[in-house]
Amino acid sequence: MMGALNQYLELFDNSRHDIDNGSAGAMNRLRHDARAALEGRRLPDTGDEGFEKTSIEAMFAPDLGLNINRVALPCDIASAFKCGVPNVSSLLAIMVNDTFVPSATLLNNLPDGITVMSLARAAAERPEEIDRHYGTAASLDAPGTALNTMLAQDGIYIHVDRGIKLDRPLQLVNLTSTPVPMLIPRRVLIVLEEGASLSVLTCDHTMKDSASAVSSQVIEILAGPGSSLNVCDIEESAPDQSRYSQTYVTMHDGADVSIGGMTLHCGTTRNEYSVDIRGQHCQCHLGGMAIGSGKQHIDNSSDVIHSAPHSDSRQLFKYVLDDEAHGAFEGSIVVTPDAPYTQAYQSDRNILASANARMHTKPQLLIYNDEVKCSHGATTGQLDEQALFYMQTRGIPRQQARMMLMQAFMAEVIDTVRVDAVRDRLRYLVERRLAGFDASCNDCSTCHTQQ
Amino acid sequence: MNELLKVSNLHASIGDKEILKGINLTIKPGEVHAIMGPNGSGKSTLSSVLAGNPTFTVTEGEVSFHGLDLLSLSPEDRSHEGLFLSFQYPVEIPGVSMVNFMRAAVNAKLKYFNKPPMPANEFLKLMREKRAIVELDNKLASRSVNEGFSGGEKKRNEIFQMAVLEPCLSILDETDSGLDIDALRIVAEGVNKLKTPDNATIVITHYQRLLDYIKPDVVHILYKGRIVYTGGPELALELEEKGYDWIKNQADNIGKEA
Repeated sequence: MMGALNQYLELFDNSRHDIDNGSAGAMNRLRHDARAALEGRRLPDTGDEGFEKTSIEAMFAPDLGLNINRVALPCDIASAFKCGVPNVSSLLAIMVNDTFVPSATLLNNLPDGITVMSLARAAAERPEEIDRHYGTAASLDAPGTALNTMLAQDGIYIHVDRGIKLDRPLQLVNLTSTPVPMLIPRRVLIVLEEGASLSVLTCDHTMKDSASAVSSQVIEILAGPGSSLNVCDIEESAPDQSRYSQTYVTMHDGADVSIGGMTLHCGTTRNEYSVDIRGQHCQCHLGGMAIGSGKQHIDNSSDVIHSAPHSDSRQLFKYVLDDEAHGAFEGSIVVTPDAPYTQAYQSDRNILASANARMHTKPQLLIYNDEVKCSHGATTGQLDEQALFYMQTRGIPRQQARMMLMQAFMAEVIDTVRVDAVRDRLRYLVERRLAGFDASCNDCSTCHTQQ
Repeated sequence: MNELLKVSNLHASIGDKEILKGINLTIKPGEVHAIMGPNGSGKSTLSSVLAGNPTFTVTEGEVSFHGLDLLSLSPEDRSHEGLFLSFQYPVEIPGVSMVNFMRAAVNAKLKYFNKPPMPANEFLKLMREKRAIVELDNKLASRSVNEGFSGGEKKRNEIFQMAVLEPCLSILDETDSGLDIDALRIVAEGVNKLKTPDNATIVITHYQRLLDYIKPDVVHILYKGRIVYTGGPELALELEEKGYDWIKNQADNIGKEA
């Protein structure tokens, strides 16, 4: 067997003991199934079904290091980092590369009934809980997920007890900081028991002077009956970074899950969302925003499966691509025969702001049921020249007018973010991004220079 | 030199098609000029070219705007220098609120003249004052630019913007089209309130009706890309009575003789 996967299989076979030593319990047990699932497989390549424009093979091909022996990074990286999202900072969890950074502040501020901790530690200390949930939503049939499962040694475990509602957003910061090119496998497990409620803001940052890295992220979300989850995931990495993120959501009766993936700065990014709506009367919102410039490559893929009646799903993805940026969107809705009275909508709208930007889009809808309301659609166009001229005649410089139109175009996605403080912050970051500033907040750049 | 605008031998095309075929026009401060003419004569093209619409290419001629070479300026700089075009079809801009739109416009002009942005309270006061001139509903301020505005509201919004930007030359491109009689009166009164001895207005219209409200000093007739006739206010009345045919015949005959 050839290809990028080979080096990781070899590494795993040679370092199995060390990998297990750096992790615990269920994480270790499942990695052997994952190894078996990868036998005879290869990573998806450009042109493969569902991967028309993005090669996972190429992303993982470089000779990347792994922090198998859990070498500790200088802890001041995390402590120096302050991300200024107002009113949320009291609940801040940080991962540096693939390692959860314990924080006394977080621990002291967490209300009863809510767990936020290292996944490896949880696997060791709360084995029954992790055994019950880990790997139940993610599919080892997907080579990227199997690879992550085989190699991931740590991540974040979030658990919200029955009926507990967190009153402010939890912020998860993923920091990439590595002196050599590295593969960063990271695992996130979010479990909401019946009636639990949680809002999460995630942001990816690359520390100044970091070498290129590939982050492999698998997020499992188990939304219990009547639970509610809002996730806003903002990527603000750097042009030499790659990200392969796979999110798996399982929804039970009456669950309400809203996820927004916002790509502001990146190198090559592929985000996959697989939502399994098993319950009745569920609400699922998937939102995505991609702002690409330079040679950024942003690919979002969604797969929403309705397998129970009376649930709704809505998807809205919007891209603005400038310079030579490339975007791709492949989305599908599947309504099974068991899911009458489904309402499912999908919309992908894109603006190409330069002649060399490219967009590939493929909206799909598979309905095996007559009692449904569904729609899907995709449009790709340019900024409205008439509107630009109109604004110019009122004295607004063309560059600013372009920015205002792009911001207006994204307003619809920004408005899907339900937490006020996060939405305002995102609006500000998008404005700065479009104005050509670094999207990072002031505090981040301060800490970048502190390094 | 007491000329606000001097257009000399202006030719402009869209693609291979020449639309303006040598326009000459001089406007002094304090004057109101009406430009009339049949459909397709080039009236809207003239206003677009003066405002800097990139759809049209100027192939020949010069335009001097209070001493500046107008054609060398970007549309935004033409605006800063005091040119205003009221659009025949104001453009809807979903997602951009009227307030943000106007704040951007006002502050861009201040920046052009190296002045600091207008403080928020001053800006809101300015909006309030200017809205009153055209009786524009406060509710429209929070809406997206022209989105969901009625035909009358769109035209009043144009005059509101004109009031805010205080141009020295306003071009009203068929501001009367799509207006009922009350809206027409409000818009025309707005324009008259903004008139000073230092600014000038070009009123482009098909009909005499608007000129009952906005009294022109000079009336031009544009036909086949040229100004073929210039007269006083009585010319508009004559057109209303006789139609355009006599002008067309006269102009076409001159064309043949030449």
